[in-house]
Amino acid sequence: MDRFIYLTFDGLSRGLVYAAFALALVLIWRAARIVNFAQGSMAVAAVYVAYSVTNATGSYWLGFVVALLAGLLLGVLVERVVMRFVDHSSPLNGVVVALGLVLVLQGTLGIVYGNEYQPVETPFSRDAFEVGGIAMLSRYDLFVFAAVGTVVVVLTLLFTRTAVGLRMRAAAFAPDVSRLLGVSVGGMLTLGWALAAAVGSLAGMLVVPTELGVHPTAMDVVFVSAFTAAVVGGLDSPIGAVVGGLVVGLLLSYVSGYIDVTVAPMAILALLVLVLLGKPGGLFSSSKARVA
Amino acid sequence: MTDMQQKASASTVPETGLNVPKRRRRPHPALVIVAGGILVVALTYVLPPFRNYQLATMGAYFCVTAGLTVLTGLNGQLSLGHGALMATGAYTLALTQNRWVNLPLSFAVAVLVTTAAGAVIGLAAARLRGPYLAGLTLAVAIVVPSVTSTFDETFNSDQGLSVILNPPPETIPMERWQAWLCWGAALVVVLLLALLIRGRFGRDLRAVRDDETAAKLAGINIARTQVLAFVVSAVCAGVAGALFAVLAQSVSPGAFPLTLSLFLVMAIVIGGLGSLFGALWGAVLLVLLPTLAQSVGEQTGSQQLEGNLALVVFGVVLVVVMLAAPGGLASIPSRISRLIRRNR
Amino acid sequence: MTGALLQVDGLTAGYGAAPVLHDVGLTVQPGEIVAVLGANGAGKTTLLRTLSGLVRSSRGRVVFDGADLAGTKVEHLVRRGIAHVPEGRGVVTELTVDENLRLGGLWRRDRADARKALDEVYELFPSLAQRRGFAGHQLSGGERQMLALGRALVGRPRLLLLDEPSLGLAPKVTGQIMALLRDLRERTGLAVLLVEQNVRSALSIADEGVVLALGRVVARNRASVLRDDADLRHAYLGF
Repeated sequence: MDRFIYLTFDGLSRGLVYAAFALALVLIWRAARIVNFAQGSMAVAAVYVAYSVTNATGSYWLGFVVALLAGLLLGVLVERVVMRFVDHSSPLNGVVVALGLVLVLQGTLGIVYGNEYQPVETPFSRDAFEVGGIAMLSRYDLFVFAAVGTVVVVLTLLFTRTAVGLRMRAAAFAPDVSRLLGVSVGGMLTLGWALAAAVGSLAGMLVVPTELGVHPTAMDVVFVSAFTAAVVGGLDSPIGAVVGGLVVGLLLSYVSGYIDVTVAPMAILALLVLVLLGKPGGLFSSSKARVA
Repeated sequence: MTDMQQKASASTVPETGLNVPKRRRRPHPALVIVAGGILVVALTYVLPPFRNYQLATMGAYFCVTAGLTVLTGLNGQLSLGHGALMATGAYTLALTQNRWVNLPLSFAVAVLVTTAAGAVIGLAAARLRGPYLAGLTLAVAIVVPSVTSTFDETFNSDQGLSVILNPPPETIPMERWQAWLCWGAALVVVLLLALLIRGRFGRDLRAVRDDETAAKLAGINIARTQVLAFVVSAVCAGVAGALFAVLAQSVSPGAFPLTLSLFLVMAIVIGGLGSLFGALWGAVLLVLLPTLAQSVGEQTGSQQLEGNLALVVFGVVLVVVMLAAPGGLASIPSRISRLIRRNR
Repeated sequence: MTGALLQVDGLTAGYGAAPVLHDVGLTVQPGEIVAVLGANGAGKTTLLRTLSGLVRSSRGRVVFDGADLAGTKVEHLVRRGIAHVPEGRGVVTELTVDENLRLGGLWRRDRADARKALDEVYELFPSLAQRRGFAGHQLSGGERQMLALGRALVGRPRLLLLDEPSLGLAPKVTGQIMALLRDLRERTGLAVLLVEQNVRSALSIADEGVVLALGRVVARNRASVLRDDADLRHAYLGF
């Protein structure tokens, strides 16, 4: 039972990271109908930037802030320089271009930083508190809860309460009509990519220190987990992404804890297959509304 | 072939992003294959051993790029899991070979096992489209090291397995023999593929890719066509993987990383999705570009550059080709001729 | 023809190589309702889409309020005072009624007046006021048309480009909308370029009529004259 409680908290903490990363995927999917397969590599790039800054200045927090800014900038660049010019007649084109970006980013990072895992520090201890003799969660887990919680709240407010959010949603749902109403659809698209990349970078900053460290391919498995989370929730649904992230996090935590950590990717594959074949629209898909 | 020619003559056919380059009359595939075989054998007597090894690697890559071209180029299904299917073929060959040391038998078992694996993934894939399919096959690619570590008594986790081979006759150097083996296999695979896509199956593949509803109305069983395409290309990947095992005389998960799957996609895109000739160019590039990048890295003396420059070059080429010419390099001649015609 | 609000000359446009519109010319005076009539495929919708820049023109000039519209971005059109209600109404079905209406005024600097315009629209369409929180896809066809119109009015346009407002609506609802357009013109001086298949109801409120056939203007005249021209009606308008 003690172990179960510990694994549950661990799963929720991981799950929130996947949720944040899945949210980033959903943001871009809603805005551009592209699954950004390069998001993992973009996040790794931001983490490397933070790594350099923290090493040079000794300040984790400076690195943290710079990583988010770097993510934002990378998102803008990727959309403005590359994705904007992708021919959308086949959905494969966007995927293939994103894969090209994966190669470019991984290769570039490998050239600059090498292909060894570099350990990354955490700002808070990862030792779990004990409550009544049961190990539950660490300060770092609390930091993850707070960070992802903040992102979810800020994004929710942005999309439901602000004029920019309204513009972004309108531009995604009905680009031509939005232009006729004075919305700069291209600008909203760039903003969407920037936001998504920043959120992806945050997820990278949170997850990388808990694993082997930073490496050009450090986010590959995280990407697949987050993609699964997004598919579980339905690629169109931000709430679904959060729920899907938690489901994936708990699954991974239980599988790693009770069976073996090497089994985790197979569990993800199994979940992905189950959801794709059973309920391809995801559990929270708003596809009904989109058809109407 | 006739439907392709009709398509080529009808200029109103909408240009999709991933289109097949059209060509005029080609000689019978068997003739091309025989000529190719003669050329390869001749080459193996001229080239030094290391080059023969590279030639052999090209042959192995050609198997998988040809199969992937049929799947992605002709049928429109994108697979990021072909590296994992190659691993399946490689491990099957290694396990069978180490027990019975009978290469033909090992290849037969490798083909059988990848057929089964391809059928399983293909059944799932037939129900998925676009990014969902890409994501699923990506998950398959990621799972390879996990499988080898979990069942480490069989697969010996990260270390992998060595492959026992009966040495070739003393008169034939190992590399030449490997080149013959790889190209023999590649040419048989490509001949079978060429014959397959000339007929009704090829027409069905394209029909499903271009317009599923129309294909269904024309009486084509879409799911069956897609699963078959996946199985065919999975077998090609399996053969390629088995050849890799013979080439390296070992198998390990490190030989089948995600980047391998991405390289394969790049190769067929640059080769001009949809033509087997393009798949050949893709296979050549897969061997030559890293070699080139490596020699640049050696000259600068930077080890980090050595391994990673190829990735950057591949990625840049892939992005540029996709943005400038979505039909791939092989479509550029037809694009140029179209431009000239338009300007006249 | 000095002081025209919209002056179109020699407009040629289309999708790809073959033009849909050939050498189209028309004029809309301030406060005037001009109906663009013609059979299916005559180029009516393409005309409106070209005027607002969604379709590129290859030749011709569009002058609005004395300024050439060439090079004006689609998203800047609304600032000039032109509102385009596209075919199929263009209600963003995923957004609520209130969000759709607010979207119509987001570009405006004068926030106070944008809010005021929003309230006026709710007064004009009480049924929308009752459904503020409903998603667009929950509305009836008539309500969607009102929403699309109302959203255009929030921007206080001087010219309304209106594409097939009667499409799929009951005759009674169509009548209400036509009456509303006439009423708006009387009260605010709003000019309307009205594309319609429903020739009778369009001519019932229009001052001028322009008849398109195969992308060319085949007749331009007072609406009352067009109404009485039996030959023209038989040849191009089918009644």
